[in-house]
Amino acid sequence: MNEILSRERVHSEAVLLEVRSPLIAQSYQPGQFIILRIHERGERIPLTVADVNVEAGSISLIFQEVGKSTKELASFEVGDELLDLLGPLGNPSKIREYGTVVCVGGGIGVAPIYPIARALADKGNCVVSILGARCDELLFWRERMDELSDSFYVTTDDGSCGRAGFVTDQLRDLIDGGLKVDRVIAIGPLVMMSAVSGLTKEYGIETVVSLNPIMVDGTGMCGSCRVTVNGETRFACVDGPEFNAHEVDFDELFHRHGFYLRQEELSLKRYLEACGK
Amino acid sequence: MMDGVGEKTQVSKQNPGERVKNFREVSLGYSADEVLREASRCLSCSNPSCMEGCPVRVDIPGFIKHIKEKDFDKAADRLRESNIFPAVCGRVCPQESQCEIYCVLNKMGAEPVSVGGLERFVGDWLIKNRVDESPSPPLSTSGGVAVIGSGPAGLSCAAELIKNGYSVVVFESLHEPGGVLRYGIPEFRLPKSVVDSEIDYLKRLGVEFRLNVLVGRTVSFSDLRRDFDAIFIGSGAGLPYFLGLPGENLNGVYSANEFLTRVNLMKAYLFPEYDTPVRVGSKVAVVGGGNVAMDSARAALRLGAGEVHVVYRRSGGELPARQEEVVNARGEGVVFDYLTNPVEFLGDGEGNVSGLRCVRMELGEPDSSGRRSPVPVKGSDFVLDFDTVIIAVGQGPNPLLPSTIPDLEVSDRGNVKAGRDGRTSLERVYAGGDIVTGAATVISAMAAGKRAAQSIHEDLKT
Repeated sequence: MNEILSRERVHSEAVLLEVRSPLIAQSYQPGQFIILRIHERGERIPLTVADVNVEAGSISLIFQEVGKSTKELASFEVGDELLDLLGPLGNPSKIREYGTVVCVGGGIGVAPIYPIARALADKGNCVVSILGARCDELLFWRERMDELSDSFYVTTDDGSCGRAGFVTDQLRDLIDGGLKVDRVIAIGPLVMMSAVSGLTKEYGIETVVSLNPIMVDGTGMCGSCRVTVNGETRFACVDGPEFNAHEVDFDELFHRHGFYLRQEELSLKRYLEACGK
Repeated sequence: MMDGVGEKTQVSKQNPGERVKNFREVSLGYSADEVLREASRCLSCSNPSCMEGCPVRVDIPGFIKHIKEKDFDKAADRLRESNIFPAVCGRVCPQESQCEIYCVLNKMGAEPVSVGGLERFVGDWLIKNRVDESPSPPLSTSGGVAVIGSGPAGLSCAAELIKNGYSVVVFESLHEPGGVLRYGIPEFRLPKSVVDSEIDYLKRLGVEFRLNVLVGRTVSFSDLRRDFDAIFIGSGAGLPYFLGLPGENLNGVYSANEFLTRVNLMKAYLFPEYDTPVRVGSKVAVVGGGNVAMDSARAALRLGAGEVHVVYRRSGGELPARQEEVVNARGEGVVFDYLTNPVEFLGDGEGNVSGLRCVRMELGEPDSSGRRSPVPVKGSDFVLDFDTVIIAVGQGPNPLLPSTIPDLEVSDRGNVKAGRDGRTSLERVYAGGDIVTGAATVISAMAAGKRAAQSIHEDLKT
């Protein structure tokens, strides 16, 4: 069950695992995610699916090593098995003929935006992609994204690749330069999604973000992942994860993200010490 | 009645000072001597009324008679004929409002026989003495049935079906089977090893469990209809209700479902040995007065909260929780704030909850259910300081599954419509338990699962 078929380091802080899971591969649609638990004492963590291979019965997960569970997951090798894998979860991304869609992927968000951008392109949309990262070394899947996009841009905070600055700088230039944007979809760190939302609100451009709040079951039974959207409480795992960005209460999300910070640090420290790091 | 004979044999418990420091079971259960003494109180009525109070109609005098004869083996067999989960039901059934309320001893001014205590003893005896029992599964020739959800309703449906020779596959979305027995009821009331043992028996009978499968997402309902002769839906009432008040999404505000899932299923009480964290502050409020509220309050105490309050809008007489659990909670130091209703969650300015603004309530006229409805007292606002709030005001049916089944009739509240026989609007699709009735008891869900299995048998054998 859930055997790791291949493993690839996409950059110094992120790993791609191709995992055998025929049922999920078959049912998956772009925008959905999975929940996994790596071993008996593990926690359940949500990860977006970056790609599937229906013939091989596998799904690809890309994740950043940010804490105990993801660091431990990164230590798994080909042939190892993940204890529990549940999915696909959440609503699929709405793929229609919108016209021109700007797909913004920040950091690890490039992974989940890729299948969505591909589906949008297949549907006949003009896809404009903007990838952003802190620096050149943390960019991945440039070629893949470039290939499916009608136009393609890269930004890095330090200017080591593409344009120096943020994805929002590039997006603003495109809009101000006369690009008629029918829809924006942004996936990445909360601060980036919030910034994109703020920018497109000014211009009145419909914008969708894929939210990543803390989750436990991922099936709508606990409300850990609740967010305020248009003044109402919604569960990201079953009502989302995509929402109209202009209706999302980002401040509340920021706060909720940090609730277990101390426990997360403790857990990571303990793990690293046990590994002798 | 003679002195003492009119009273139940008391069951030993961990003492309160000790038990609030651990998650071990509070009730220690009867010893062999105690169980004989308690069994001897049963008058072996020839026309027993106690059975009328049991939703699955256990032969109560029958199994007690075998206890009296010290033949626990036969007592176990007799129990299992109608209930394959005696160790679970003996612990969590509200016997005081079911079998025991019908016990003839009540009429004689005595306390009823402790049916639950006796059932639990036999259930535990079974687990201990028949671990290696490998029942020969009946030949599966009758057809295949899919059971969606592995909570009490699904498990009892599966048990009844396998006994009748069906092949049964149970689909469960979580990584462990048991439903509310696993994620809802804490270790100190229902040890997970007991749940494991009773489910293990089902596996040995031949029931197949497919975990980590969310029907409607991982596999479609129409796939199941194609692959199985009948389907039972027992997906429960797993949708937590919130209060819908300002500030409810502040940090430190949990649904009881989330809190208990972290603690029970994910073993967050063993953090950092286990990876899932849970956070309780020094002053915890649990809003609500049912068993879920008691479980949450007592779990919070065990996680080290200095002070835990149950905030309830009615008075003590209306608490829907089992009396025994209220007594246990009180014994452990839980404070009860009656006739108190939150109207707002207050924050500390940094996104964390810091208290509740509440109003004082008074009891008005009885409502349709016969309970007196609480009415707010005008201008009685006051503030209580809390750094954790757990909302335990009920759960509804999880809409995810029904929403993926076209043509399945669902009520306005989202419950699947099914008759007492478990039949739904779709042919060869059955439902029972909380997904039909809304949140109720473990045993009523088990009774519904059993009845649906009988309907399935009637429909498939023809």
